[in-house]
Amino acid sequence: MDIIEGLEREQMRLDIPDFKPGDTIKVHARIKEGDKERIQVFQGAVIRKRKGRMGATFTVRKISYGIGVERIFPLHSPNIDRVEVVTRGKVRRGRLYYMRKLKGKAARIKEKRA
Amino acid sequence: MVGMLFGKKLGMSRYFLEEGKSIPVTIVKVAPCVVVQKKTSEKDGYEAIQVGFEPQKEARVTKPLRGHFKKAGERCFKHVREIHVESADAFEVGQEIKSDIFAVGERVAVTGRSKGRGFAGVVKRWGFAGGRDTHGCRSHRVPGSIGSSSDPSHVWKGKKLPGRMGDKKTTIRNLMIVDVRPDMDVIALRGAVPGSKNSILRIARFEG
Repeated sequence: MDIIEGLEREQMRLDIPDFKPGDTIKVHARIKEGDKERIQVFQGAVIRKRKGRMGATFTVRKISYGIGVERIFPLHSPNIDRVEVVTRGKVRRGRLYYMRKLKGKAARIKEKRA
Repeated sequence: MVGMLFGKKLGMSRYFLEEGKSIPVTIVKVAPCVVVQKKTSEKDGYEAIQVGFEPQKEARVTKPLRGHFKKAGERCFKHVREIHVESADAFEVGQEIKSDIFAVGERVAVTGRSKGRGFAGVVKRWGFAGGRDTHGCRSHRVPGSIGSSSDPSHVWKGKKLPGRMGDKKTTIRNLMIVDVRPDMDVIALRGAVPGSKNSILRIARFEG
C-alpha cells in the first residue's frame, strides 16, 4: 500500500455509519465557544458526498426558519461527535443540487421502502 | 547530533489536529542515510560526514564510486551528499542516521528544487497585474513599458521580464514537524515543500 494511503487510513473514522445523498441525518457536531465545548445537532438532508480518503466531505441541507442552510462537514473530522441516520431517501441522483430551487412541499424527499 | 537529513517528497495530505482543525501536510520519506566517509579538518579542512541514501544496484554504480562505497560496507547508493557536523569523529563509517533525529513540534527548513515552469510570462513569474480582459483592451498579459526613453537609453539591469521560471534551488523555512514515523522512515511537515513528488529534499533543523 502506498505510504500516504496507509497514513490516511490510520486516521480515518470508521465509526461513521453509511449514508447516501437523499438520506436525512443528524450530525452531532462539537462546537467550541471560548473554552467550553458543546454538541450541536444539525439535522437535514445529505445533498452531496465527495469521495476521497482524508479529504472526503458531505453536505447537509436544512431549512432553518424559512432559510435554506447548508453545512459541509469533513467526513473524518474529529469535530463530528457522531452521525445518526434518520431516514433513507429515495433519489435518482448523486448530487441533489436541485433541492436548492425547491420550497415547501416540493422540497420533500420520498422515503425509501425497505 | 546531526541537524539535517535527506529525503524524498511523497505527496501531500491532511491531518486533523485534536481541536478539529484541518492542516495541510507534506509527507516526506526520510531516507536512512549511511555514513560513507568522514571529512576532518586535518585532512579536508572542514568537519563533515558524507552520506549515501537510496540503495542502488551495484551494477548501476560507476566503478570509482563502487570502490568508494566498498570502504563503508557492501551497500551502494543512488545519491551522495555531505552533512556538516561539529566533529566527524562522533560518527562511524557505515553508521545509519534515520528519521528519529527529528521530533514532533520541531521546526525545519526544507531545501529542494522547485518545479520547472518553462519560459513564463511576467504575470506568472513576477505577479504583474496584467491588463483588463474586456472593454477593448488589447494588452492582457504583457509587461508594458520597460523603462524611460533617451535618458537611461537602456533597460535597467534586473528588470523583471519573462524568462525561465522554477527549477531552482528553493528553501522553505520554519515548517513544523507534525508527525514522525521511524518505523516507516516517514515524517509529516505542515505546509508545502518545493518540487514534485519523488524529488530529493534536504531537511535541516531550523532555529530562529
